[in-house]
Parts: sequence; C-alpha cells; structure tokens
Amino acid sequence: MLASSYKDEDGHISVSGSGAAAAAGGGSLRNKKPENTAFKQQRLPAWQPILTAGTVLPAFFIIGLIFIPIGIGLYVTSNNIKEIEIDYTGVDMSSPCFNCSQNFSWNSTKSCTCSIPFQLDQPYESNVFMYYGLSNFYQNHRRYVKSRDDSQLNGNEESLRSPSKECEPYARHDNKPIAPCGAIANSMFNGTTKPVNWRRPVYELDSDPNNNGFINEDFIVWMRTAALPTFRKLYRIIQRRNNLLPTLPRGNYTLEVVYNYPVRSFEGRKRMILSTISWMGGKNPFLGIAYITVGSICFLLGIVLLIIHHKYGNRNNGADVSH
Amino acid sequence: TTRRRLLRSLGRDEGRVHSRTIYVGHKSSLPNEAFIPPKFCDNRIVSSKYTIWNFLPKNLFEQFRRIANFYFLIIFLVQVIVDTPTSPVTSGLPLFFVITVTAIKQGYEDWLRHKADREVNEYPVTVLENGEMKRKQSEKIKVGDILEVEEDETFPCDLILLQSSREDGTCFVTTASLDGESNHKTHYTVPDLESDLQYLNATIECEQPQPDLYKFVGRMHIYKNSQEPDIRSLGPENLLLKGANLKNTRKICGVAVYTGMETKMALNYQGKSQKRSAVEKSINAFLLVYLSILVSKALVCTTLKYVWQSKHDEPWYNEKTQKERETNQYLKMFTDFLSFMVLFNFIIPVSMYVTVEMQKFLGSFFIAWDKDFFDPEIKEGALVNTSDLNEELGQVEYVFTDKTGTLTQNNMEFIECCIDGFQYKHRDGRSELDGFCVTDGPVNKIQEKAGREREELFLRALCLCHTVQVKESSNYLDQIDQVDGLGGGEEILHTPQTERGFIASSPDEIALVKGAMRYGFTFLGLESKNMKILNRNKDVETYELLHVLNFDPVRRRMSVMVRSSTGDILLFCKGADSSIFPRVRQEEVERIRMHVERNATDGYRTLCVAYKLLSPEEYAKADEELKEARLALQDREEKLLAVYNQVEAEMTLIGATAVEDQLQEEAAQTMEALQGAGMKVWVLTGDKMETAKSTCYACGLFKKNTELLELTLRTLEEGGGRREDRLLELLLEYHKKAFQDAPPVRLGITRSWSVASNDYGFIIDGASLSMVLSSESNSSRYKNLFLQICLNCTSVLCCRMAPLQKAQIVKLVKNSKGSPITLSIGDGANDVSMILEAHVGIGIKGKEGRQAVKNSDYAIPKLKHLKKLLLAHGHLYYVRIAHLVQYFFYKNLCFILPQFLFQFFCGFSQQPLYDAAYLTMYNICFTSMPILAYSLLEQHIGIEDLLENSTLYRQIAKNAMLQWKLFLYWTVLGLFHGFVFFFGVRFLFSNPALQDNGQVFGNWSYGTIVFTVLVFTVTLKLALDTRYWTWINHFVIWGSLAFYVFFSFFWGGIIWPFLKHQRLYFVFANMLSSVSAWLVIILLIILSLLPEILFVVLFKPRGPLARQVNLNGTSVHEEILNLQLTFTKWHT
Repeated sequence: MLASSYKDEDGHISVSGSGAAAAAGGGSLRNKKPENTAFKQQRLPAWQPILTAGTVLPAFFIIGLIFIPIGIGLYVTSNNIKEIEIDYTGVDMSSPCFNCSQNFSWNSTKSCTCSIPFQLDQPYESNVFMYYGLSNFYQNHRRYVKSRDDSQLNGNEESLRSPSKECEPYARHDNKPIAPCGAIANSMFNGTTKPVNWRRPVYELDSDPNNNGFINEDFIVWMRTAALPTFRKLYRIIQRRNNLLPTLPRGNYTLEVVYNYPVRSFEGRKRMILSTISWMGGKNPFLGIAYITVGSICFLLGIVLLIIHHKYGNRNNGADVSH
Repeated sequence: TTRRRLLRSLGRDEGRVHSRTIYVGHKSSLPNEAFIPPKFCDNRIVSSKYTIWNFLPKNLFEQFRRIANFYFLIIFLVQVIVDTPTSPVTSGLPLFFVITVTAIKQGYEDWLRHKADREVNEYPVTVLENGEMKRKQSEKIKVGDILEVEEDETFPCDLILLQSSREDGTCFVTTASLDGESNHKTHYTVPDLESDLQYLNATIECEQPQPDLYKFVGRMHIYKNSQEPDIRSLGPENLLLKGANLKNTRKICGVAVYTGMETKMALNYQGKSQKRSAVEKSINAFLLVYLSILVSKALVCTTLKYVWQSKHDEPWYNEKTQKERETNQYLKMFTDFLSFMVLFNFIIPVSMYVTVEMQKFLGSFFIAWDKDFFDPEIKEGALVNTSDLNEELGQVEYVFTDKTGTLTQNNMEFIECCIDGFQYKHRDGRSELDGFCVTDGPVNKIQEKAGREREELFLRALCLCHTVQVKESSNYLDQIDQVDGLGGGEEILHTPQTERGFIASSPDEIALVKGAMRYGFTFLGLESKNMKILNRNKDVETYELLHVLNFDPVRRRMSVMVRSSTGDILLFCKGADSSIFPRVRQEEVERIRMHVERNATDGYRTLCVAYKLLSPEEYAKADEELKEARLALQDREEKLLAVYNQVEAEMTLIGATAVEDQLQEEAAQTMEALQGAGMKVWVLTGDKMETAKSTCYACGLFKKNTELLELTLRTLEEGGGRREDRLLELLLEYHKKAFQDAPPVRLGITRSWSVASNDYGFIIDGASLSMVLSSESNSSRYKNLFLQICLNCTSVLCCRMAPLQKAQIVKLVKNSKGSPITLSIGDGANDVSMILEAHVGIGIKGKEGRQAVKNSDYAIPKLKHLKKLLLAHGHLYYVRIAHLVQYFFYKNLCFILPQFLFQFFCGFSQQPLYDAAYLTMYNICFTSMPILAYSLLEQHIGIEDLLENSTLYRQIAKNAMLQWKLFLYWTVLGLFHGFVFFFGVRFLFSNPALQDNGQVFGNWSYGTIVFTVLVFTVTLKLALDTRYWTWINHFVIWGSLAFYVFFSFFWGGIIWPFLKHQRLYFVFANMLSSVSAWLVIILLIILSLLPEILFVVLFKPRGPLARQVNLNGTSVHEEILNLQLTFTKWHT
C-alpha cells in the first residue's frame, strides 16, 4: 500500500498522522490503550498560583519597604560624592583656551597650552578620580566602533603587517601599515603625533614598559568605546596619601592643558572632571530617585490594593481555594 | 481539492471520449492481425517526492516557497551582499537550523515512503505466462497480464476478476486500506469464461483510469473461433482494486487493467487540502502590522540618518572609506535602508514559526494520548490527522452533526412492523405472530391481524429484499444448525453467534433480516444465485435471484427480483416512505402512513415494503433493459436509473417496518454542553424529518418550548399555490419571527438568561433547500433570508440531505457574515463532503466504515468525546497558542525597540545595541523554551472545571485572545518595556562611571545591561502568566535564566579562537561587579512587571484569562447583581 501518512504539502513542520498513527500508516499502533501517566493525561502535579489583590498585596508592601530605604541610601550616597566639571573647549572668547582652539592645526609642531583656574569649595577626602569628558563625540558610531583590528591588538604579526579591512581608512598610511589601526585607535584622546593623528608612536605612549604599547592603560580605556555621544573616561587617579589630609584640600587650583585635541570642528566639548567615587560608582542621582519613586508607588498601590481587597476581595478568596 | 476535482473531471472526460483496450494475456484478438501491444505505465508505485539527486534542490525550492522562509532568505542575502550591521550568521544560523530540521524531517518521511514503495513494488506476484505460473516482482506487471492472487494477499494492481476458486464465481474482498470499510464485499467473475485462461482470447475495453473507487465501466469481447465476439459488460463488481485484500476465497485469477500510478488507489492518493486555522490568519495579520512597523522604523531611521549627516558629516576622527565616498548617493540610501531592515528584522522572528509548528506538533500528542478518548469496545483512542487545527477546536461556533451513527448508535433493533395497517410489536419471549399485537389504525376490520398470506408475503419480502450475506466461517454448519434449532423452537434468542452471522453494508438490513427471523422466517444465505429461506413451517424455500436493483441515496430504495420455486417472478422493494408511496396504489397508502408517521415521531427509522408480481413478458422486457443499461459504456447510471424507475412502479404496499436507532451514550449531555458553550448545533441527516425530529427532541436540541419553523415540502404544499410563492411567503414569515422580532442571539452572557424566551428551531428538507439555493434570479435573497433565520435559531435540523447538500449548508454558514468557525462531525461516507468542507472535520470511528475517519482532521470513537475535545482540549490549545503568538510578538518588540532607540544616540549609524551572539540566541535559546513549555502545559483553568462549566468556552469565542484590542495591549506592553529598558539604562549611563573603582562602562556594557533586563523581564512576564507550574515549567524558566547567565560568562570569559571580534570580553563579569548595574537591573525588571501585575489583579475577572471567576458559572452574574444592588443602595 501507499505510505499514505507521509505527506507534506509545503514544508510545514507538521504531522499528517499524529502520535497514534504517525508511524503506522494505519493499523498497528491503534489498538494501544493510551498510557495513564500524569504527563500524558496532562495531570502533572502543579503549583497553581493565582494573582489576586490578596496575594500580591504583601509583595507590594515588601517592595515598597525595601526600595524606599535603598533609594534614600543611593540618593544620599550620590549626593555625598563630590564632583567638579571644567569645560576647557575654549568656545567662548573669555575662555583661556579660546586661542588654542582657534589656532589649532594638525601640522603645528609646537603645542599650544592654556591654563584654567578653578576652585574646590569642599575638600575631596578620598581618592579623587580624574576623568576627561567629551560631548558630541560619536564613539558609538558604527563605522567607528567596528574600525579596529582585535587580532592586531592581540599582537598577531600578520595583522600587524596587513591590518584588517575594517580599519579603513585608517589601515595604511603612505603604504605603510598603521598599528594600532582603525578609527578608534587613531583618534585617541590626548594622543600626540604619528601615523594619522598620533603625535607619538604607540611604543612611546609611556615611559613605563609595563604600561606601553597596546597595553597602555590610557589606550585601553580609549579603545573601550563609549555608549553615548556624551561620555567620560577615566584618566588618572589621585591616590589619597595621608589619612589625615584630604586628597584635594579646599582651595584654588589651575588646570594646565596642552591643547592638541580638536573638537570644535564637530561642535564637540572637552571637559575635565574631578570626582570621588562611592560603592555605586560616580555621581548619579538617577538610581536613588528611581528607587524612591518606584518604592513609593509600590507602597501606595499596596494601600490601594489593601482597600480593594477589604472591600471586594473576600468573595474572590472563596473561589481561590478550589485548587 | 481543486487538483483532485480537476483530475476527476479530466478522468471522466477522458473516460467518455476515450477508452483503453486491453489484450488479455497479450494476445491479439485476431490471429492473423499483427499485434502491437499498447503502451501503459508500469506497475511501479511512486509515492515518494524526492530522489537522492533532486532532494536538495527540490526540497530547498519547496521550503523557500513559503513566504516566511523566503523573507528570511532575503534578509540573509541582504546581509551577505550589503555591508550590514549584523553578520549574516545572526539570521543565517536560525534559518539554516529551521531549514535543516525541516529538510531532515521531510527527508526521513520520504525515506519511509521510499521504503514503503519498495516493499510494494518488489512484492512477489504470480503471473500466468504461456500457461506457466511465473513469480515476478510486482513492479513488472504490465497491463494485460493475468495474475493469480491467493487468500489474504493484497491485489497488486486493478484487476478484472476472471476466475475464482469459489464455485459460484464470486470472491470476497475487504477494502480497509482503500476506504477503510472492513466488511466483506462480494465481487463477481466475468460470466461464462473458458476454464483454462491460457486459451482465453479476449480484449477488454474500458474507461481511462479515474479515481472514483465505486465506478467502473467496461466491456469484454471474447473471441471464439472466428465467430462474432461475445460481449460481457463489466462493472465495479468485476473490478478488484489494488490495495484490497482477498478474503474467504482460496485464490482468484484476474487480468490487470490499471497498473501503477493509474490504479484507483494511486489516483486517490492526493493530499487533502490544507486547512488553515483562524489563529494562523491572525498571525498573518499581526505579521503585516509588524512588517509595517519594521519598514517604517527603517524608513524613519534612514531619513533621520541623512538629516543627521547633513549636520555631522564626517568628523576627522571617523572618516569614510574611499569606497563609501565614491558610492552613489541613492544607492547608499537604499543600502542604508536595507541595513536598517536587517538591524530590526528580529522583530519578525524565524523562531516563531518553528515554535508554533513545534507547539502544534507536540501538542497534538495530548489528544492521541488522552485515555478518556479510549473506547474499550473498539480498543482505540482518538486519532489526530492534522495538528494544524488544534486551536480551532476552541473556536467552534457551529457544529454540524450527522444523525445516524453520530447522534445515534447505528445499532439497529427491529422494534415493530405494520402489515396491511396492523401493528405487530415484538416482545421478548413471544415471537410468533400470535404475539402481542395492537391496532391503532382505523379499526374497520374485526380481526386484529392481517391475513396470514399477507403476513407471510411481508416476511418473505424482508427475507429476500436485501444484500445481506451469511458469513462463511469455520462453524458455518454449526450455525445453520443453530438457526435451524432456533427456528424450530418456541423462543428465539439472540445468541451472539447468530448476530455475527450476517454481513451487510448497512445495519438496517441486518436488523430487518433478524426481525423476520423473530417472526419465523430465517434467511439461510445465497448459494449460486439461489436465496434460501426457512419458513415458519421449517421448510426451506428457494428463490432464484434474478436482479438486485441496488440501493442508492437518490432513489432511497432498493429492490430485488426473484423467481419463486413455483415460477412466479416477484419484485420486492423496500425504501423510504416518500420514495415508496408515490409508486404504489394510493388506496393502500393511508392505512400505513399513520403507522409510519407515528413510528417516525417515536424516533424510529421506518421503511416501507412493497411488492409486485411480474408477468413473464414484463420481466423479459425489464431484464433486457437492465442488461442493456448495464452494458452501456456511457451514461450508465442515468440509464440504469431510468430502468429502475420504470420497473419499480405500480407496486402493492404490504407494510412498513420500524427500527430503533439508539441514541449515542451521553448524546443529550454532549449537546447540552455544546449549546452551553455557545455553539449552535445543526443536524444534517439523510433521514426523514419525523425520525430526525424525534432524535433532536431526544437529545435535547429541540426542547418543549422550542417553536419549530418548518420549511419542508409539506409546508410548501399546504397553501396549494405554487411552491415558489409559498417558499418566499414562508421565508418572510419565519424571518419576521426569528430575526426581526426577536433580539439577535448573541454568543455571550445574555443568552443564558434568555433561554426561556424566543427559542426557535428550524427544520428544512433537502428539496426545499435546493429550491432556496437554486440558481434562480432572486436566489441570493432567499439565501440571505434563509441564513438569517437559521443563524437566529438555537438548533437547525436539515433532513433528507444528500451528501453534497450537507457540504453546501456548511459552506453557506462558513461564508456567512463574520465567517464563523464550523465543525462537522460524522461517521459515514456520506459525511465526508461536509467533513472536508468545514473548518474542522471530526470523524467518528463508527460502524459505517472508515471513510469519514480518513478524511477527518480528528477522529474520536464516540460522540461524547466531542465534549472534552472541544471544551477542554480546544479551549486549552486556543489559549496556549494565542498566548504564544501574542507573547512572541511582544517579546520581539521589546527586544528590538531599544535597538531602534539606540539609533537616535549613535547617529543613525546602524550600530547594533546587542552583541551578535545575543541577537542570534535571544529567540533560539534564551527565551524559546519557557514559552514552548507554557504553550504545551498551561492550564489556566483546570480540565475538570472546563468540562463542568461549558460557559467558559464562550470566553474565548470569536478569537477573543487574538483581537486587535488585546494585540494592542501586548504591543503597548512591549513598547512600554522597550522604553523602560532603554531609557532606564540611558539615565544610568548619564554618568558611565559605574564601578566602585571609577571605571566607566562602554557601549557593549550598555547593551548587555539592557539585554539582561530584557531576558529576565520577558521570562518573568511569562512566569507571571503561567497558572500551571509543573516541574517542567520550573525547569525551563529558571533553567533558561541560568543558561543565559552561564552563557554570558563563558562567552565573555574565554578568548574564542574563531571570533574576529570579542566585543563582550569580560563585559558580563564586569557588569556583575558593579552594584549600580545590579540595582538598575532589579529596578527595571520590577518596574516593567509592575503594571502587568496591577492589571492582572484589577482587571483579571473580566479578561479572558479569568481563572477564579465563573468557576461556579453564575458568579459573574452574581457579581454584577451585587454591584447593581450596592449601586441602588447608594442612591436610595
């Protein structure tokens, strides 16, 4: 006879004969009584939770009670973090860096410096983290993000000689391979000279041999592309030397800038940020506020549900028990 | 079906125009003529689709013909050709997976087909060649070969029976593998052939192959020593079909007429048309929405990209490549558009198709496994022929049921008969004609019985007018003895052995023969055209069977012509009253009509019996005409019908029989449950109105207070005017009653309250229906009126339906406004058309063969199983798959939305937010298993509760869970989640220094945090929806989350040699080392789920997912009442 059960019209993953008849094309399995197992009879023991005002209520209160303190803690912590941002792009005429930003040229050999005075109102007690911040700098642009050669960075000789195509147009310069290649590496912040935008070869990034070349920390930090066009990156840590003295006491300071990273061409901004750090990272009131808000909402909803539960919930409970 | 129809019509046309000539034994008809053997196809059966060589291209072609697969292929190709943000692997891998799995499955199935084919094709057969028996392989059989087949063997091709080992030139076959009917069928040899087939010189002229199993027209020319050839007519009774089994006959010889793919079996091997479920249509509609979302997203991004670029063109740190600069601007825009499409294409996931198919495939097993569907009598459970329609079982609005064998057991019992207007009721223990008897007819005779002569004539008619066979078994003689003994005794007992003794195509006939037995006339069997009966005096009477005028549903009667031992030629006819009454002398009708009608209202099946004494001249004429009609190659049926009508006229009515057809187990409860579930039950039957009506009352479809609207020939003729005028009049009247005056019947709570008022039942018969549907000028108006009446009646009874009319009705309802989901249930071959027509076809594994089962989508042993199939399985499957579909769209919306939003922050540069591994694995690994487990195991309401409260079924009526409103809800939820995920992290990243050592997070950390929140939220959202937590649910839900964490650690924790970019190197571990990341993940998950929980708690009782409410049916009403009470209290 024809194997009439095996037909499939258009590539469905479908059965034409099912469980009982699939293999048999008819008769042989038919006489089998279905097994009386919990699974096959859809009677597996099961937990059957029911969400009602009554069951959800405690959860709301608990969430509220946990979130509000956490939120307050976060908010306080965030507020205790001291942070100062100094924009040194030099957009305004009044800015000390205005001249440098105006006269910037890739080819100039001598560096332009400017110094910006700033004041710390409070002493910075613990370690102080120094960040540089860039705005309107699209490190997350796709062309930019993929413009790197990981195997080159990994020290693969072949890749050093012929960088990946992804690095274009920062793969070769004057017919010589660029290492490190790619847009990310070649736009390294504060980098000074060579291949395209660097003023110094990669092996001269630092005098310390353990912090040089591809494993230079500044380089590594730069290579981790930022998520948003406004970002900050860690530059230096000012370690606290003395337990008695604050790391940066209150007072007047001056930021000396060697101005060699042009951002005005794309309307970018450059900032220097001094910040202390807590267990939650840098200053960010968002988490604290969010926690307080969500916690309060939960608590309020808990109260609303409690009212509902008391007014209407009793009837529902009767039916709940049935399983 | 179109293909099939086409084939059939082609076959028929060819048959009419051409015929094929077969040279029996490959011998030319005239010795001196050069013999050119005609070419026919060989006997190889090819049911397989592929060969090793064409498997790959053909299978791939077929797979990519599906729109979804094709779409993904295009996406993949775009990724390969155009420089797109995600690697081709991300969409190629899932596609490859799907295609491979499908190909393997289809390849395996084809391999099984090949195996089955080989088995059939290499089966050894015996061929008679030049007087010798030769063993051959089945595939080498050629048309014209003479074959020998032994008992229990399967016929290797379609054969004309030439010789049988049985003396009477018959053989018995079973056609279980063809139409599923397991009863023995008799086939006849071509009469008067030479005993040695080696010397047979004959040709067969027959129609070209056609798929109808029950039709065959042919002619055999037998040449004997240069005389004019003898001509024999050949019909289906001479044709042995490939696939049938020889039974009860030692061996037969036959000549092959159709071979291989031209056999009727192979021609019937056509795939059923694929039925698509309503859910699938919803999926397609949703897909379109998502496709437009996708396209508009891509368009928005492309436009904004160029707007953005006009401001920020090429900063020095990020210059374009030479190639990019040189590319044509418009081409670039186009490729950018494609790139965005690729970036967002995950919104329409390949995996949804896989999951839906898997869910259907695996889910259907639960039906076959259900032990409640197991019937100990036939030792079978439910059968699932298609898994595509599981959820449709939860959407049924109209149930079309057959009566006989479906509502009723098709287990006939002879109840009483009426001879000449006198009622003879059988009572246990008293069997002879002196048994209990009453008259309720017009008592115009003093004696209470009809004359003995009439009685005996009636009983002889019952004994002779049928096609019952006495089963030949090993204890044949014993049986005869038993029957002898019983016949002689005072009491006739029904021993199981005597019951097994008869084989007939319809159980009515057996009931009648047994009924006659009770009154002392026993049918002993048919031996070489002689029917033997044992009469009341224990004498054996012999009648020569001259002709059988077979039963057909158009004539609704059958007749036999016999010659008694005295030489009288008698015609006995039995049939439905409507077909007998016009053909008998009218004065006899009235007396019997009363009985017939009373019996019919009691729910019995009635048949009238008439006879006619034929004069030798009349017989000779009839005989000739019959033979001529049977020989006709063209229009044979029409010609036969004409002769039958001519012969079966002017008969004398003797009496009527009443046979009880018991209701199926729990028929009434099942109908009540279906109606409670909001389904409308229509009974479509070929039976007469009164019988069907009584069945309807018996199973509660019509109730006492149901007002019946009748549209039958009787009511049409009442007015005396033209039927057509009366039809319109009645239609308008009923329409006014049922449609205009009555409030429209809705599926909903309102109905259960208004059961008492305005309950209409509608009755229509086949003749009136064909008038309504006939293609007259104003038929569409009639149709609309008719439909509107029907749709407003609680139950509709359509009686006297021809099989095609049943399908017509189903089609009419199916295509009516709102296109309701229809279900047909039936057990017989006459129900096949409506089973195929309805959205869901259910076959009952009844007594009338297996054709219905074969053509059905689901088959169950009993009617009562329909309740669980619909109310429990259907309901659950619907809820499961609807949730699955909504969930899939939701989870991909909130998956892709952050990626879309990210474009606003990365200069519309198509930078993906997530790593390629996450993009690929999200739908395949991280979120697929929980929803699959949910969609297989979820029981938002327990099975017992579903069965107890049929009203629960209404909650999901009209595709309730896939309405646009709910789709919108899910979409809004997805949007909300997507926004929460993205902007929550966005605000966190306003200061990316998130680690306690001052380190900052980059873009991949951003994506990973969003993705982590996403995976957890989406999985926990499903956990919130799960109402039935088995260990499997626990395992897959928590397992998926654990797997995600585990995978992320490993993916970033090792330098993978095959990866070009290791973007996630230590990103995940780093992320977990940040307290802020932890806090934001927890916050966002809870924030996302909060509205959901709130929504469920506050609005759940009214939503379709209600579990607690309605468990005791009335609680909704109670609640509403309570609310109303409190409301009024407030005011007073």
